[in-house]
Amino acid sequence: MRPEISEYNYQASPFFMDGDAKPMKKHGGVEHQMSGRIIADKTVKYILFISAILSIVIVLAIAFFIFQESLQAWAEIGLSDILFKAVWRPGQDQYGILAMIVGSVAVTFGAILLGVPLAIGSAIFLGEIAPKSVQSVLRPAVQLLAGIPSVVYGLFGMVVLVPLIRQVNVPGNSGYGLLAASIVLAVMILPTITSVAEDAIRAVPDGYRSGSLALGATKWQTITRVVLPAGKSGIMAAIILGVGRALGETMAMIMVIGNSVVFPKPLAANPLTFFFSQARTLTGNIAVEISYATGVHESALFATGVVLFALIIIVNASARWLINRQSSIQTTRQG
Amino acid sequence: MNATKLETNEYNLYYGNFHALRDISIYIPEKKVTALIGPSGCGKSTFLRTFNRMNDLIPGVRTTGLVNIDGIDLFKIDPVALRQNVGMVFQKPNPFPKSIFDNVAYGPRVTGLRDHKKLEEIVESSLRSAALWDEVKDNLGKSGLALSGGQQQRLCIARALAVQPSVILMDEPAASLDPIATLKIEDLIHDLSEDYTIVIVTHNMQQAGRVSDYTAFFYTDETRTGRLVEFDETKTIFTNPHDKRTEDYITGRFG
Amino acid sequence: MISENLHTVQHNDPATLRNLKLRTTYQNVWFSIMWLAGVITLLVLLLVLGYVIIQGGKTLNWEFLTTPPRGGLSGEGGISTTLGTSLYLVSLTLLVATPLGVGAAIYLIEYAGEQSLTSPVLRALISIANFSVETLAGIPSIIYGLFGYALFVSTLQFGWSLLSASLAAACLVLPTIIRTTEEALLTVPDDYRRGSLALGATKWQTLYKVVLPASLPGIITGIILSVGRIISETAVFFVTLGGSHRLPSSIMDGGRTLALHLYYLAMDTNAFDKAMGTGAVLIILIVLINLVIDIISRKLTAKVRGG
Repeated sequence: MRPEISEYNYQASPFFMDGDAKPMKKHGGVEHQMSGRIIADKTVKYILFISAILSIVIVLAIAFFIFQESLQAWAEIGLSDILFKAVWRPGQDQYGILAMIVGSVAVTFGAILLGVPLAIGSAIFLGEIAPKSVQSVLRPAVQLLAGIPSVVYGLFGMVVLVPLIRQVNVPGNSGYGLLAASIVLAVMILPTITSVAEDAIRAVPDGYRSGSLALGATKWQTITRVVLPAGKSGIMAAIILGVGRALGETMAMIMVIGNSVVFPKPLAANPLTFFFSQARTLTGNIAVEISYATGVHESALFATGVVLFALIIIVNASARWLINRQSSIQTTRQG
Repeated sequence: MNATKLETNEYNLYYGNFHALRDISIYIPEKKVTALIGPSGCGKSTFLRTFNRMNDLIPGVRTTGLVNIDGIDLFKIDPVALRQNVGMVFQKPNPFPKSIFDNVAYGPRVTGLRDHKKLEEIVESSLRSAALWDEVKDNLGKSGLALSGGQQQRLCIARALAVQPSVILMDEPAASLDPIATLKIEDLIHDLSEDYTIVIVTHNMQQAGRVSDYTAFFYTDETRTGRLVEFDETKTIFTNPHDKRTEDYITGRFG
Repeated sequence: MISENLHTVQHNDPATLRNLKLRTTYQNVWFSIMWLAGVITLLVLLLVLGYVIIQGGKTLNWEFLTTPPRGGLSGEGGISTTLGTSLYLVSLTLLVATPLGVGAAIYLIEYAGEQSLTSPVLRALISIANFSVETLAGIPSIIYGLFGYALFVSTLQFGWSLLSASLAAACLVLPTIIRTTEEALLTVPDDYRRGSLALGATKWQTLYKVVLPASLPGIITGIILSVGRIISETAVFFVTLGGSHRLPSSIMDGGRTLALHLYYLAMDTNAFDKAMGTGAVLIILIVLINLVIDIISRKLTAKVRGG
């Protein structure tokens, strides 16, 4: 019944017309009188056009400047020495960022391991299970979690998590390291993943749910067998966006990961002690050293930026591809 | 008249404060097609959803009065178990974004059937009963969404049959289909009534006349509260209605 | 027809009931786990907020807010100048980003449709622009910092200054403003536009007098979101703003924002109590911003529902 009503209103509207209205066209004489207004109209259009194009300019400028500043490093140190050497000693002109790549990847992996189950669980809970009253508390809470500054998370990690982790008796465990960083990062990506995944779950047409329930499936069966498979591209995209956020996080990482340029490895025989190892991320490397670096050293930091930029572009592009796929799958959306 | 399959007595339904259905008492016979007709907003679809308790999913719905299936109080049955016995076909075809096979096998699988051989049997017999087998038997792996609208609706009927219900509820099953697909669905409804109790909501008078054995006429006034005006054999309703409002509606004077 | 030997399902059949009980138990277990996930998420928030506000609250008083930091290893003094710097930076950044972001959104929503019909070059440019906005939204802030450092601090020789920092931050918040404005414009019914055009108004008059006022709350939401983003941001300013704890006296002066101050206190001094106090101020600001956004969006939905 509802579509009929809205259709009716649409057609009954006194303003309804076909396509874009161009009321001035037919009255040549009037047009002359109006020219001032019309010139203003055109001018504004060009100004707006320039602002719209500015985004393109900024993206290109970012890519250009970071790449240009890194050229010296690629030329003098070489691509493979930068990417595949683990030693970063600016004093001795050694600029391998492999340890930082491993650090970024390891901490991101840890954050995904800890954060994704919680985030997807929360998204399912919010989208399918929670009563309205609980939703109205939890949803703003997730939003607030996203708004807390990263330095506050970093501080919380330093003051609460690091001393706690230091209690674990492993030689060389300072509390600072991959574990603390992974936990902090997991909390930081939680809201991103939760809200994007919840959107994906909500976008699944209700017809699928009622169809499944009407066949005698329980609500949980409906969620796992119909809703989640139908929303899986969007949920994957949520996770990948979380990866993007994790790779890009800077200040909180500097504060809890220890920052020493070591290749992260287990501190003892138990391979799990890997997570007590200190590390440095690509982002941390840039932020900590850029303010005093000069020459090749500075250029090598821009090269670190290029690697980070490339990683993020790949990650975000795949997330976008998945989201587009999701919306094209759901063209048969039902009320 | 056959044995009573579904019955309601003094049944009322409210959405919050809104009284949507008032004092509905009806006996729906077994293995017959019963059509629910009436102007839009008269609550016939809401009434249909009573029988598989899909209204339970809408927040703020309250009901009073009695609803029985096979003489048992329907509200004392677990809704999940009830829906295995009372299937439903929706107004808009809603196959899952899965293969044709997985669509039909969905119901048996959720109740725990794993045996692939048995599943194959059920899928085939359900698709045959829904008059879709010959069109899709070579393409069971194809997505259900790739079928035409009429085929999708027959797939949804097959999917409902696979659970082996005794009742099938149909909510304007041909509303979004073209005339030829509609005729196919109507033939199918006729065939299915040999084995199933079918309750169908329809907007289309001719369709009610063609497919149903019994017809219930629902009506509503300015209060928007739905009432059952008249229930009888279809031919009586169409040729010799007792109530003036039924006659007016049948002859197209309103609605 | 369906053969008789297949399992028959009846709602009172013992096998069905056993199966149902199993499925219901399974559902109950999993639903409990999902509830747990929701509760943990809420607890994490309460833990972080509660800890920082309670610990920071001990330091928080009028004097802390109104005295300037004096630097040094023990982190003497309060946070007054950093509050001032944050305020300057928010105003400068929005002064640059708002007109550009709103303008871009207006073009992309209101003009792009008609343009793309006529010129393939324009059509390509518009889709690249949309793609660029998406890309900008995904770029991490340290990259904006690096870009700001290369272009504004070094190449243009603005040095570590409010100007460099606010230009870099403007790039950072641009996609937020564009996206929220676009969403706001999309909620204005086409009838408004047609009605105004039919009365002989030009497109710009229609936008200025009808469409923009109607989408104003949405645009304001975008701006307030950006305020939150700038207050929280650290990485960009870490490499473009310098770190002086004095209040900048011109846009060519450097400084430190609240968040940056927190970082320096935590990393370079032993004054964790002062860092917590600063963190508490930050969190209170963010909570206030979220509240304001919530109120605006509540009013918006009420208006949409009302008619």
